[in-house]
Amino acid sequence: MAEEPLIHARGLVKRFGDFVAVNGIDVDVHPGESFGFLGPNGAGKSSTMRMIGCVSPPSDGTLRILGLDPVHDGPRIRARLGVCPQQDSLDAELTVTENLTVYAGYFGIARAVARARAAELLEFVQLAERAKDKVEPLSGGMKRRLTIARALVNEPDLVLLDEPTTGLDPQARHLVWERLFRLKQRGVTLVLTTHYMDEAEQLCDRLVVMDSGRIVAEGSPRSLIEAHSTREVLELRFGADPLEPFVGKLAGIGERAEVLPDRILVYADDGDAAAAAVHQRGLVPSSVLVRRSSLEDVFLTLTGRTLVEA
Amino acid sequence: MTSPSPLPVFQHRWTLYLRTWRGSVFSSFLLPVMFLLGMGLSLGSYVDSRGTLGVPYVDYIAPGLLASTVFQIAIGEATWPILGSFSWVRTYHAMRASPLRPADMVGGEILYIWLRVATSAAGFLIVMALFGVLHSPLAVTTLLVALLLAVASAAPVLAYSASISTDNMFAILFRFAVIPMTLFAGVFFPVTQLPLVLRWLAYASPLWHGVELSRAATLGTATPWPWVWHVGYLAAWAVGGYALARLRFSRRLTD
Repeated sequence: MAEEPLIHARGLVKRFGDFVAVNGIDVDVHPGESFGFLGPNGAGKSSTMRMIGCVSPPSDGTLRILGLDPVHDGPRIRARLGVCPQQDSLDAELTVTENLTVYAGYFGIARAVARARAAELLEFVQLAERAKDKVEPLSGGMKRRLTIARALVNEPDLVLLDEPTTGLDPQARHLVWERLFRLKQRGVTLVLTTHYMDEAEQLCDRLVVMDSGRIVAEGSPRSLIEAHSTREVLELRFGADPLEPFVGKLAGIGERAEVLPDRILVYADDGDAAAAAVHQRGLVPSSVLVRRSSLEDVFLTLTGRTLVEA
Repeated sequence: MTSPSPLPVFQHRWTLYLRTWRGSVFSSFLLPVMFLLGMGLSLGSYVDSRGTLGVPYVDYIAPGLLASTVFQIAIGEATWPILGSFSWVRTYHAMRASPLRPADMVGGEILYIWLRVATSAAGFLIVMALFGVLHSPLAVTTLLVALLLAVASAAPVLAYSASISTDNMFAILFRFAVIPMTLFAGVFFPVTQLPLVLRWLAYASPLWHGVELSRAATLGTATPWPWVWHVGYLAAWAVGGYALARLRFSRRLTD
């Protein structure tokens, strides 16, 4: 590898007492890449991010960030990171602009430079008209965009986004995704955690699937789907009827079937052919849907569980 | 890019203060002046008629009220705003993602508290001068006493605020430390009036040492103990409190 990875982890472990949050993961993130940690709540994604952000020392293993040691060079590394935390830490009493300029001060950025960057970044996250308003009345989506702008104020080499759209309504999420996609296009290295498979598919060049503190799969969204799922999925619902009895009747259709609380997923490369086969057997589902496989299906296949608990 | 320092932490607090400074003028300036008038002049006439203090009562309590005001401001700024920055606003978590270190956070808060007490103490000194209760040019040194008393009382409270999770714990601090100190640390009457046990508690409190140093400076009299002892005792609280606060901030922000 010609270029040194921005993040280099080998056998990385994080323990809290007896609880092992991160259980020996290997990760390399390269410059310009958009990298994701996908997994359900409690998979160890945020603990990993906090170790990368140099606020949580690793319990075991090797971790190098920007070629430096996070335990000894914390301030030097953090000077070059942009962090968008999961939990809001904006100053509600200050204005939108002040939130950026005061934060720029933490990085030792001169006032005039900070003001110029703040104006530019507010333009970028589409908050320029709110520059002089206090933060408190802003919507959740606006606050998240402001937090993203704040993370960019030091022109970081590496941007860490912990669950960037959790808690936002669909429209606000799309606006955040669109901004992050623009960053990615500019060649900014992004590392994000998410439990939304659509977020991972849209934003990540490469991702790891995490479950119970371990990495269970790694690759591009497309390669993961190809390796761990069929091309298409047939979703069958049978009203309020118990689903277990139908599983036997579906045997032999597609490659395999998964039963969820509200529906049965039949994995098949040709979903329409599978649907036709279901009808031929005299089964009458209350709804039939053929769709392409997603990362959700990859996760279900690998762990037997869904990403977002219903 | 410069190396991390306490200045941006100070700037953060100062930016917030500029939004709310009007409210603080009452509590940190007008209120103590009202105390000075109310107690010094009214209660003072009774006390002075007995003539046991050797100086007019208003001259006696004015430096005490100055020290007590400094103490109140320092404690006030080291309690709710600090817990809020950990638990509610999460300011310190935001700072933690930057190059700033826990030492910069503690240092920045102390710088801000210093500016607050220095301006209040200066204002109070001017009022005292107008009332003619300053009897020595050494009175200007009360500004230095104010800075020392402020860090001696605020630094350990910064550590306390970094160690608690709810503001109910402040009730304990105020009930068992702040209020008793305000009443019994020599602000309103000499601690020699107190029973021995309470007198030793007054000696243990940083406030008493600040009160006596201020009083000696404005009256031009000698301190009860050699002044370096008072200064040394306050410095010990400041240094110990600072070290503890740094440790507690670091613990709270690392997992």
